[in-house]
Amino acid sequence: MYPLKNVESMKNMPKKQRKDKTYCLGIESTADDFGVGIASFTGEILANKSDSYIPAEGGIHPREAARHHAEVADKVLNDALSAAGVKPRDLSVIAFSQGPGLGPCLRTGATVARALASYLNIPLVGVNHSVAHIEIGKLKTGVVDPVTLYASGGNTMVTAFESGRYRVFGETLDIALGNCLDVFAREAGLKHKKGLPLGAAVERLATEGKNLVSLPYVVKGMDLSLSGLLTATTALLHRGSCRLEDLCYSLQENAFSMVTEVTERALAHTEKEEVLLTGGVAANKRLQSMLSVIAQEHDARFNVVPLEFATDNGAMIAWTGVLAYRHGLVTPLEESFVKLRWRVDKVDVPWIQ
Amino acid sequence: MDTVAEQTLLKKGAEASLYLADWHGRKVVVKVRIPKKYRPAALDEQIRSYRTVHEPQLIHEAKAAGVPTPLIYMVNVPEASITMEYVEGQQIKQLLNKVPQQKRQELCVKIGELIGKLHRQGLIHGDLTTSNMILSPEGKIYFVDFGLGEKNIELEAQGVDLHLMKRALQSTHYQFWEEYFKGVLCGYSSILGSEATEKIYEKIMEIERRGRYVEERKQ
Repeated sequence: MYPLKNVESMKNMPKKQRKDKTYCLGIESTADDFGVGIASFTGEILANKSDSYIPAEGGIHPREAARHHAEVADKVLNDALSAAGVKPRDLSVIAFSQGPGLGPCLRTGATVARALASYLNIPLVGVNHSVAHIEIGKLKTGVVDPVTLYASGGNTMVTAFESGRYRVFGETLDIALGNCLDVFAREAGLKHKKGLPLGAAVERLATEGKNLVSLPYVVKGMDLSLSGLLTATTALLHRGSCRLEDLCYSLQENAFSMVTEVTERALAHTEKEEVLLTGGVAANKRLQSMLSVIAQEHDARFNVVPLEFATDNGAMIAWTGVLAYRHGLVTPLEESFVKLRWRVDKVDVPWIQ
Repeated sequence: MDTVAEQTLLKKGAEASLYLADWHGRKVVVKVRIPKKYRPAALDEQIRSYRTVHEPQLIHEAKAAGVPTPLIYMVNVPEASITMEYVEGQQIKQLLNKVPQQKRQELCVKIGELIGKLHRQGLIHGDLTTSNMILSPEGKIYFVDFGLGEKNIELEAQGVDLHLMKRALQSTHYQFWEEYFKGVLCGYSSILGSEATEKIYEKIMEIERRGRYVEERKQ
């Protein structure tokens, strides 16, 4: 994002539109979801539509996912516009997730965004996907300055705002939490339930687990490592000496205890008064309950982002686009290339005091 | 712990509570690893007793390696408590940004030397942050909190240790972290030599590239 050099577009806007009817359309396409959201400048989410790529087998194939996104883009765009009751001409700005994520998927979303912005002749705002997760969480739960655990298929990090940026206080040294659960589920031959990630199957079986199997518990400072845990659990699975329910239970207890420990350390360190849980794994009840315990112990309020806004979605991109645009940040076309590994702590967030 | 009378809570950390107490006429810190209700009791007990046993061992070995650490007086495994010397002084975290530039540099070099001494003896601190370092009135830097430490001579473990130091500097001293980390590496190299330091620096870069979404990582 760059400071707005040319404020013409804002100036030339009819007064009425600038004030009451200013909308941002956000496009999300970092991984398996293609999402379009529409947010008003006053923080209303008018639409949040998406279509997910579901692989026939295995994990996300980036090229296949991108092909899916290109195929559904116009349908999802139309769905969002009609749900919001907004015409393309009513839009003031187009936001898109510029990274981090899978290259082909990001490029597809960026191409749609560029085309729309050029056609409508309105500004484009590139948004950091991780920042967007935090911002929509704040908007939807009303928290102001939280320690955030963002746990999904591609990310596991504990962040908190400090001097102009969201700083990373802890993160995975290797694979993400959702990825760990998904891969184990796949190894165990568990099947997708429509609309749910594979990890949800692990959660269901875990409730029937009774015996805690000894597995690696790896916390290094504020960071954690999940790949050894996944390998060990998978090895036990293939040996066949443990019940699958017990393995699911033990895998979850170990992995969630590790992220909870790291979150608690960040909470104690920053002394913030709010804990926010977001990302696809936020839907997991066991993880929620662990985090609510530590929040309580540190006299902090615990909030979970509603699932619709916790998983990847277009609304979060639209809303973060609003925040950025209102602070004079736009992305010139020639700077709108996607950033596959754009860390959250590389992004200035001037809208927070 | 029955011998410790009159405890006042010094700090409630994420993992343990620190109490200030009097133990046979000595000023001591009692570190109690509190049970964590969020994880299953069996797992919790395993983690707490493991760390309670290993921390004093590492503190002791660190001292032998030439790194100032508190004296250990008593370990109570069932209660997961460690009674140790109270170290007078100030946390590096609190003073580092406030002292003049030259003093800052000196402290960072000193910290680097101490890390070098640990690594030379195959000791990994596991949680190198400026809040785990105390500057005593006589100018010695004490390392505390070895709860996440281990004995490991592998370059990988040493690299992660220094990577965590770097990350801690980035998050708590973001204005000056580069200068600080340079100082740390300089001190480290005075103990282990420039060749070993270059190797470990390469390792840190490799560890960071392995992390998710790092710009430097090759696609």
